[in-house]
Amino acid sequence: MTSRQEIILEFELQASNFDVAGEASSKTKRVLQQIGVRADVIRRIAISAYEGEMNTIIHSLGGTMRVIIFPDRTEIRFEDQGPGIADINLAMQEGYSTAPDYVRKMGFGAGMGLPNMARCTDTFDIQSEVGVGTKIMMVVFHSS
Amino acid sequence: MKLLEVQEVLDAEVVCGVELIDREVVTICGADLMSDVLSFAKENTLLLTGLTNIQVIRTAEISDVVGIVFVRGKRPGLELIELAHLKNIPLLVTQHSMYESCGRLYQNDLKDCHKMGDML
Repeated sequence: MTSRQEIILEFELQASNFDVAGEASSKTKRVLQQIGVRADVIRRIAISAYEGEMNTIIHSLGGTMRVIIFPDRTEIRFEDQGPGIADINLAMQEGYSTAPDYVRKMGFGAGMGLPNMARCTDTFDIQSEVGVGTKIMMVVFHSS
Repeated sequence: MKLLEVQEVLDAEVVCGVELIDREVVTICGADLMSDVLSFAKENTLLLTGLTNIQVIRTAEISDVVGIVFVRGKRPGLELIELAHLKNIPLLVTQHSMYESCGRLYQNDLKDCHKMGDML
């Protein structure tokens, strides 16, 4: 790989497939380690990717995670096939969650996912339409 | 403090990663909420938890925790141990409760990861 070239990683995320939940973020983390991104920056990227991966698996009907690693930044994009979020402001509040009990028993569904993603990233954008789906776009700069 | 000393303080058994027992522990995160671990864990954080599902290992990997102690004698299953082995995460089991375990480690000068400033 040359330093000018971006690396693109794409993952299909299946609804409720908890057996491999976290593997996409784990692979992303390994690639970032191999190309020598700073450890604290990698942790922020890995955490926001993992929260998004879990959210997609828990809440959506299935979707994709796309990671684009540039020399100066990493972009993480999630796109799912619904059901969409009715009230994004409410979903962004710490502690608000619609996760079912079996998800809470796994230690998730505390209503911290979206706020944590926003906190770990330099830019965070979410768009959602009920009946259509949710798109999330995050950027972490490698020098921030 | 080394993980080896944590093992002694908690009368714990090492069920995975005995070769990693000389890792340095600086702060403690006691949590059953994985989002709390993701929010607060830092480098050299040891996780104490009562959860034994596979997401604990994946969360630990993403958060860079140095090891996991399962409290109240909860034993992780084979699948969890195999994944921890693959990810180089040492696992300990203590019979003590979460409260007792955290108290013992606090008395040994290990601090709360939550109070050590923001990770970012």
